[in-house]
Amino acid sequence: MDLLEVRNLKKYFATQKAVDDISFTIEQGTIFGLLGPNGAGKTTLLRMITGIFYPDNGEILFDGRKFDPLEDIQHIGYMPEERGLYKKMKIGEQAIYLAQLKGLSKTVAIQKIKEWFTKFEMQTWWNKKVEDLSKGMGQKLQFVTTVLHEPKLIILDEPFSGLDPVNTNLIKEEIFNLAKKGCTVIFSTHRMEQVEEICDKIILVNKGTKILDGAVHTIKQQFKENLFKIGFDELPVFYDDESFELVGKQDSSLIVRIKENSRPNHLLQYFLQQNAGIISFNEMLPSLNDIFIKLVEGTPLARQFQPVNA
Amino acid sequence: MNKIWLVIQREYLSRVRKKSFLITTILVPVIIIGFYAVIIAISVSGSSAVEKVAVVDKGNLFDGHIPAGKNESTVYAVVPDETEQSFKGKYNKQGYSSFLYIPEIDYKKPAGIILHSQSAVSLSTKNKIERRINQAIEAKRMSIAHIDPEQYKSINSDISIDNTVDSEKGGKKSVAGIAFAVSFGAGILIYMILLIYGTMVMRGVMEEKTNRIAEVIVSSVKPFQLMLGKIIGIGGVGLTQFAIWIILMAILQFVIPLIFPAMFHQMAEQSMNGTAIPQSGSSSMIMTITEGLQSLNIVKILVCFIFYFIGGYLLYASLFAAVGSVVSEDQQEAQQLVFPIMMPIILGFVIMTKAASDPNSSLALFGSLFPLTSPIVMMGRITYDVPWWQLGLSMLLLILCFLLFTWLTAKIYRTGILMYGKKITWKEMSKWAFRRS
Repeated sequence: MDLLEVRNLKKYFATQKAVDDISFTIEQGTIFGLLGPNGAGKTTLLRMITGIFYPDNGEILFDGRKFDPLEDIQHIGYMPEERGLYKKMKIGEQAIYLAQLKGLSKTVAIQKIKEWFTKFEMQTWWNKKVEDLSKGMGQKLQFVTTVLHEPKLIILDEPFSGLDPVNTNLIKEEIFNLAKKGCTVIFSTHRMEQVEEICDKIILVNKGTKILDGAVHTIKQQFKENLFKIGFDELPVFYDDESFELVGKQDSSLIVRIKENSRPNHLLQYFLQQNAGIISFNEMLPSLNDIFIKLVEGTPLARQFQPVNA
Repeated sequence: MNKIWLVIQREYLSRVRKKSFLITTILVPVIIIGFYAVIIAISVSGSSAVEKVAVVDKGNLFDGHIPAGKNESTVYAVVPDETEQSFKGKYNKQGYSSFLYIPEIDYKKPAGIILHSQSAVSLSTKNKIERRINQAIEAKRMSIAHIDPEQYKSINSDISIDNTVDSEKGGKKSVAGIAFAVSFGAGILIYMILLIYGTMVMRGVMEEKTNRIAEVIVSSVKPFQLMLGKIIGIGGVGLTQFAIWIILMAILQFVIPLIFPAMFHQMAEQSMNGTAIPQSGSSSMIMTITEGLQSLNIVKILVCFIFYFIGGYLLYASLFAAVGSVVSEDQQEAQQLVFPIMMPIILGFVIMTKAASDPNSSLALFGSLFPLTSPIVMMGRITYDVPWWQLGLSMLLLILCFLLFTWLTAKIYRTGILMYGKKITWKEMSKWAFRRS
């Protein structure tokens, strides 16, 4: 079942088409990656989904019904990229306040905060002020306040910025746990290796429009260039055949592109006949990073402002 | 509604619980009262340094003897056998701070009296000496004209008139001085409230923006709720602070005479020692004050004060909130943007100072109807029987203006708090305010 469906969403600002006709669906319980270069319109898109902006056009369906910001934001946890907390407020009180704003009662809020604080080993923080926390500690607290009210949809914009590898793993584990429990997660970032690791499905937006949509492994297949890497104990003397062409050499391995109409088996047979000692044989799939750069490159790095007639 | 209440609570409690709130709330009245105590103490003790003035009286104005004045720190000594030139080099060594040279003068046209001193004498000393000389010359002239000084005193007249305002409810005594003081005080109070709590709202909004918490909160609360909650919460802080001040003032008024009995004793003594005229003056002054306060419609003033306090605060707080929302980090930017909002407040203050002394001028009427200045100016007129239609119209205009401004500023606020790193101009702000959705 789809938790969120976005149809023909549009938001024009005075000088830019920030989001220009974007549609996608997110299945419940999946981790969804929202990718795009700076200024592509990701934040505007997220702000519409969280009810901060009204779309100029198009509609949003949440949990099968038309999205009603007043009601449905109780079921959304949003951690924006530009995030922070009241510096002078005590951490415990701050967490209670944010939870109450999401509709939890005070007693429930306290109980849940204590659970999360125990899980993240933050019990001693309760009476400290936010200004006493380091940036990473602040991010952890921010994550807790985002997911505290058990939202159906969690939106994380660059959740790992400022976190060390240990804490990054801690949060990553929690994201997986939440998804397992049925939470749907929208994950927005520039860090492609994290997307490959975490996301089931992604869309890529550029200049306000969607340019790619699909499951991570399907997209990789779609963009593969039939590259293979063969490792030998000793480089063979001859590596010239009509079934493939050589792309590169690395120590004692070769990178080759198999030509159309040929199959990996042809390649292996060729080297086996030569009695070459093969150690490894891998298909080289493009990384999301490569795909991202390939698709976005060539478009101007900074979006130009253009007048909008709408 | 529930969420606004949560925001109000947080804004209120986070400020009231701060140590600085307690300190300023308690210290301000203590400082004000302490300030007055010091002023009273100084005026009671008088200037401690005794000034010795030598008089070279060639004109024989003082007949060789100048009686010591009451409560005067200046001591006069007539030096008989000196001339202006011979004494110039000596008076300082003999312990005189200055010497007065009186040449032989014509009492009808006195001229050429000079006060010699090492450094410029203070204005008050100069006044005292001039008064002495005038008295002496008057006495001489009276004796030349054969006028009995006692007779002259009985001819002299010094009178103050009472003003009775005739309204339908019958005549009532108008006490212009008290009315002026109450009006002026109330006007200044509103002026200060607008500035202090208005900027507090602005800083609160800026804090939310610079700490990057605005977007986090706005994903659970509508921006309008956040803005309104903040304005109401801070308004509550203001009311609390005023309530504490009023209580503290009342307590201090009882306590101060107990702590400094000596000072009050001295004051009482002083008025006893004084001539009969100031004594009756001070008691009649107290009578005038109580009479004056009784003649004022305290309930009406209080109701109007609270109305204009709340109305004016809400109106300006929404403007300050809008400015706070568009400032990114720069304090200087905030000052520039806040200037146009300060202008009408200051203008209101200026009109109020005029309205308090001339409450029925057309400028005062305009100022008390125009919503941006009416909270301050109307307070300046409030003790002078403002016609009901003017009061009603002024209140109505204030409410309408408040609703309009809140509606417009909420739109600026909504856009502004989510904009980072960009300097926003007034042109853009007005565009946000007047666009459709």
